[in-house]
Amino acid sequence: MSSRRNRIADRVFKLWAIGCTLIGIIMLGIFLVNIAIDGLGRIDWDFITSLPSRKAEKAGIYVALLGTVWILVLTAIIAIPVGVAAGIYLEEYGKKSRFASILEINITNLAGVPSIIYGILGLEVFVRTFGLGKSVIAGALTLSLLILPIIIVATREALKAVPKTLREASFALGATKWQTVSKQVLPAASGGIVTGVILAISRAIGETAPLILVGAIVYLNKPPQTPLDQYSVLPMQIFNWISRPEQEFSVNAAAAIIILLLVTFVMNGIAIYLRYRWQRKVKW
Amino acid sequence: MSHKLTTQDVHVWYGSFHALKGVTLSVKPNTVTAFIGPSGCGKSTFLRLFNRMNDYIEGFHMGGEIIIDGRNIYGKRILVEELRKEVGMVFQKPNPFPKSIYDNVVYGLQIQGINDKHVLEEACETSLKQAALWNEVKDNLKKSALALSGGQQQRLCIARTLAVKPTMILMDEPASALDPISTAKIEELILELKSQYTIVIVTHNMQQAARISDRTAFFYLGELIEYDKTVNIFTNPKEEKTQSYITGRFG
Repeated sequence: MSSRRNRIADRVFKLWAIGCTLIGIIMLGIFLVNIAIDGLGRIDWDFITSLPSRKAEKAGIYVALLGTVWILVLTAIIAIPVGVAAGIYLEEYGKKSRFASILEINITNLAGVPSIIYGILGLEVFVRTFGLGKSVIAGALTLSLLILPIIIVATREALKAVPKTLREASFALGATKWQTVSKQVLPAASGGIVTGVILAISRAIGETAPLILVGAIVYLNKPPQTPLDQYSVLPMQIFNWISRPEQEFSVNAAAAIIILLLVTFVMNGIAIYLRYRWQRKVKW
Repeated sequence: MSHKLTTQDVHVWYGSFHALKGVTLSVKPNTVTAFIGPSGCGKSTFLRLFNRMNDYIEGFHMGGEIIIDGRNIYGKRILVEELRKEVGMVFQKPNPFPKSIYDNVVYGLQIQGINDKHVLEEACETSLKQAALWNEVKDNLKKSALALSGGQQQRLCIARTLAVKPTMILMDEPASALDPISTAKIEELILELKSQYTIVIVTHNMQQAARISDRTAFFYLGELIEYDKTVNIFTNPKEEKTQSYITGRFG
């Protein structure tokens, strides 16, 4: 009797779990279909290569898209070397020191700080104190701070996954610490590090709040030429169009969302592919 | 200097755990010395002192002296990297680098700054021949080392160690992860290498110790119980504990 009741409970729980899983997928599906109906027809080459305009049918995302690319590339150039190096220090060198454990706690905390706070920090430090103004470089520096904790944690995880026996083998042949790290441990961990870096950067693409604070411009008629120029980014452009009363602009917004999603999906896809390849290639 | 290696009253602690308690012994050049004893008796710890691999373990500290070729290897002026070129090590589980066979063998030379292709290729061939692996891999040196069988991987690890031209080789249960045929090959190899190197081997396999070693040291609970010619240890041990262990009464 009770075993029958257990089986019913089992089935109910299973259905409930499936339902919960589906909620997220259905919501995403509705959103994607909605956006596609609104925006897919609007996407053409002109839309991507046109400057912003007061007339919705003439307006394009050229400036915002290039701004996003600028931000992306600069953020990567700044955040990757710093984040990976910090991860290497914490995992390979500073493991036992009190200094490292204080750093570690702070980094974990930083990962949980709301992005708007990074915006305030960026405004105070980069825009005002360093006098960089509303420039691409100020935005990129701010986003670099935001994604640093993610890169550091990913780097550490990847290094941790490299077996001790590999390090021992290298040391036993007379290698120094740095030779062991640079020639054996880092190459073995590179798949994991690259995956983490790509995920961190695709997070940076979608960030809007901190960039509003450090001065991304909504309406700009030329893309940045140097790191000190003003810029706009895709999320800002989308935000701007959505807040317009005219229906035509929300079509533009939907189309821009599709482009932004596409960029993010492609980057995540690359990350998944690299992780898959790495797992298959290296068997211990 | 008749002894390759001499240890004088060596103690090791991991934190508060006293892992080795006053071990004193000497090893002659061009011999095979086996360390036997039950798990946790300190034989691996003792072996790993000779190329300072214990330095990485948290809480490790030691007392006493270890002299190799007349030098105290825990002295202030010793460069660990230099010591490890003299004293090579082969580990329990084959641990090739996830690279090609060639890259594995020449790694130890490359990190010394040797980049001449001819020198590296020659060293690769010589070492692989010494390790009795050349004939099996000579047509495919660019193949990943991870594609080799376990026994081949272990011989590759030996070749990699030989390439650096050490004078002494430490082996930490080098055949315990291998099948009987691969084990036999490794044992044969050890006997061949004896003419050029001083070999110290930790093993759980007592027949193996009896087959390949000249002298055997029996460890129990961190102490060196008995150290003598292998024949004596296995046929006529002086200590009762040794007798019980080799006849399989404990361990």
